[in-house]
Amino acid sequence: MNTVIQPTLTIDGRTVAIEGERNLLELVRKANIDLPTFCYHSELSVYGACRLCLVQIEGRGIQGACSTPPEPGLKILTTTPEIREIRRISVELLLANHDQSCPTCSRSTNCQLQSLAQRLGVKQVRFKPVHKPVPLDESSPSLVRDPNKCVLCGDCVRMCSEIQGIGAIDFAYRGHEVSVQPAFGKDLGDVECVNCGQCASVCPTGALTPKSEIDQVWNLLADPTKTVIVQIAPAVRVGLGESFGLPPGEITTGRIVAALKFLGFDQIYDTSFAADLTVIEESTEFLERKTKGGTLPMFTSCCPGWVKYAEQYFPELLPNLSTCRSPQAMFGSLVKGMLPDQLKVERKDLKVVAIMPCTAKKFEAQRPEMGVDGDPDVDNVLTTQELAQMIKSAGLIFETLQPESFDMPFGFYTGAGVIFGNSGGVMEAVLRYAAEKVTGKKLEDVEFQQVRGDSGLREASINVNGTELKLAVVHGLRNARVVAEQVRAGTSHYDLIEVMACPGGCIGGAGQPISTSRDSRALRTKGLYNADKMLQLHKSQDNVFITECYTKFLGEIGGEKAHHLLHTSYQSRHRISDESLPLMQSKSDDKVKVSVCLGTNCFLKGSQDVLNGVLRHAEQTGLEGRLDVRAGFCFEKCETGPTVMIDGQHVCGCTAEKAIEVINSRIENDSPAHTNGAESTNPEAE
Amino acid sequence: MASMPIAVDRAGKFEKVCGILDLHARRPARLIPILQAIQHEYQYLPEEVLTYVATSLDVPPARVFGVATFYAHFALVPKGKHVIRMCDGTACHVKQSIPVLEALHAKLGTSENCKTTPDMMFTVETVACLGACGLAPVVVIDEQVYGQITPERAVALVDEIKAQEALLQGASANEAGQPSAEASHV
Repeated sequence: MNTVIQPTLTIDGRTVAIEGERNLLELVRKANIDLPTFCYHSELSVYGACRLCLVQIEGRGIQGACSTPPEPGLKILTTTPEIREIRRISVELLLANHDQSCPTCSRSTNCQLQSLAQRLGVKQVRFKPVHKPVPLDESSPSLVRDPNKCVLCGDCVRMCSEIQGIGAIDFAYRGHEVSVQPAFGKDLGDVECVNCGQCASVCPTGALTPKSEIDQVWNLLADPTKTVIVQIAPAVRVGLGESFGLPPGEITTGRIVAALKFLGFDQIYDTSFAADLTVIEESTEFLERKTKGGTLPMFTSCCPGWVKYAEQYFPELLPNLSTCRSPQAMFGSLVKGMLPDQLKVERKDLKVVAIMPCTAKKFEAQRPEMGVDGDPDVDNVLTTQELAQMIKSAGLIFETLQPESFDMPFGFYTGAGVIFGNSGGVMEAVLRYAAEKVTGKKLEDVEFQQVRGDSGLREASINVNGTELKLAVVHGLRNARVVAEQVRAGTSHYDLIEVMACPGGCIGGAGQPISTSRDSRALRTKGLYNADKMLQLHKSQDNVFITECYTKFLGEIGGEKAHHLLHTSYQSRHRISDESLPLMQSKSDDKVKVSVCLGTNCFLKGSQDVLNGVLRHAEQTGLEGRLDVRAGFCFEKCETGPTVMIDGQHVCGCTAEKAIEVINSRIENDSPAHTNGAESTNPEAE
Repeated sequence: MASMPIAVDRAGKFEKVCGILDLHARRPARLIPILQAIQHEYQYLPEEVLTYVATSLDVPPARVFGVATFYAHFALVPKGKHVIRMCDGTACHVKQSIPVLEALHAKLGTSENCKTTPDMMFTVETVACLGACGLAPVVVIDEQVYGQITPERAVALVDEIKAQEALLQGASANEAGQPSAEASHV
């Protein structure tokens, strides 16, 4: 006999095969029974907190299905009078402390607490709330935190630490005082959150939601003095339909354009056009680095979550980031540069709205460097969810709209721009350009299957004209961290690394509709690859309007004007605001301010010894009254650490002796010191 | 006189924080013993120090904050020099712990919401059970346990400490310009 016996167990009297499922919950779901749960997500660790996926196991009593591994022969009941009662009481207790402002909650109709209360037949809440209402946290440009709606499932906490490797929010306090919050009860806008919003995309209720800019956009549309331009990102076209009951991945580009026209936007353009532009600038930058010995590996810079992450955690790798702005930012900068002349409107009356699958784009649009004299290149960013809400609010029956087409020229795009929304898409688009550029031959087979897929870290090696290009594609910032650490350690052998913060890339962004189907991400990915196939052009260099843009406006690819409008620079960023530690304080008027960097880089280079040396010197020579000494974290001078800031001057490569020398010269002369190694910088840096 | 010793004290303490981190090899798994040692140094866990600990251990500050707020042992606000812990567990409660607590609050001008005196000399808090139910009601002042405490005796103990503190103050005033007895320990 060489037949393999398939292990099985029974669920509600039916025999079900065990085929590598990690827990009973997966098995029960395979048997088409939708066990309720708040805290189970297949890509996160098992938490077992919500007690809703309970099952009765013969001989073992009632157990959580999510935290019980399948064993052959188990006899499981998924619904018994006792289990039903436990589930109902659990939901009833959660509702007792929940701010039940459902009609005005942005998650109404796709809130899991609401739908479970309905499903389980909870008709009344017999318990009084014990929580005092706390204020909303609206400090972040991307997200709103409403602790009054939190059910403590911990999904956001695990998403932030396990998938994104950040841990900006965590459980604090204990017992009935437990709440999920940033460190020290600070606001989300003041901590290391990168605004990716994945916490909001797994939140079962309205405790974490994208911040809405709908009202501002309605006001722009109603203002006759404004010309309102809109750009839509690639991933929006395969996500929006879900808000209207269409299957995930269905391409709704034409209907989106029709809806935007109806809503009153003056010009409707596609961010994919700017993605084509990004491909050309970024590929040129990459080839130049590769051939002229520039900093490699080069990281992509389209994802604003990744860019902020890199600024916070890997300041020494900022020279590795492509200087290209993201497509959203390139679009804003280009359109506000070109259109005022063409349309005969002033820049201040030209408004750009971006529709994005992303919450971090809201933050990106507000970066001061992404604008001219305080006027942002992109005025407002709406998420896919917000666009759906505007369409519903206007009473449009989206499914029945007749497709319309984008305006020209910024509505013309190739497949390379469209696949930007998928993890691996930027890489593939760059390859389609670079391969042709390097070989000088027409690229016939444009699909680079090697960089496609859904694994969080994919590697590929591609031979272009005898040169081996080593590539990596990562999504999820925890994976990005692994690769970035290799680069920092000098053990990385890649040439080009694509990073997207969200699982699956932009199609899995937190601005997309809250997904009801478990395979929606895969379907959206497929949708974008199909959208590429359906176009005639697949390579950015074939976009004739891009060529025209360069000849008529931008000049040379990678040239001065292109650099000014399409590129940016990065700066190291504090993870937590106000994180320096006062060690010695002086009330004196002519005190010398000394701040020693104890960030990772400077620490490794011995800044702790410098600090202790300065303190000991002050103590021994009776300088305490004259010195204000703090331990700081990162002065953005990581390459030349240890860094000490003395009265607004950075002293790089500092030793205790050098610091003492500068301090002494400051104390001796009232005039500013010009000691060797002291480099004048702006005093705002602290 | 006051500012200089405090500065030296702070710097000295920070050096100790670095020492504590090194002693535990900056291992995230040693977070709780690290926090215990830091609290021993500062009497509480200052926010800036916690941020520094988080950065040094490569643990998110929110996680460190979560651990620090989970355990009743850790304090995130400064405590007084002398900490008075009144047991209000079941046994002590029925043996009249509340009148003792009220007498202490009345004596020191503290309350349930404001546990520490403005001069940072005393902190009065309640604990759930000290495990000394046979001696109920129990109060612990600094590390010393006092059983079968009465409101009068509790107030007398506070007076004793105050008298000792007055002596110390007098002694340090005599050594003009010198660091106080406490700071020189560091």
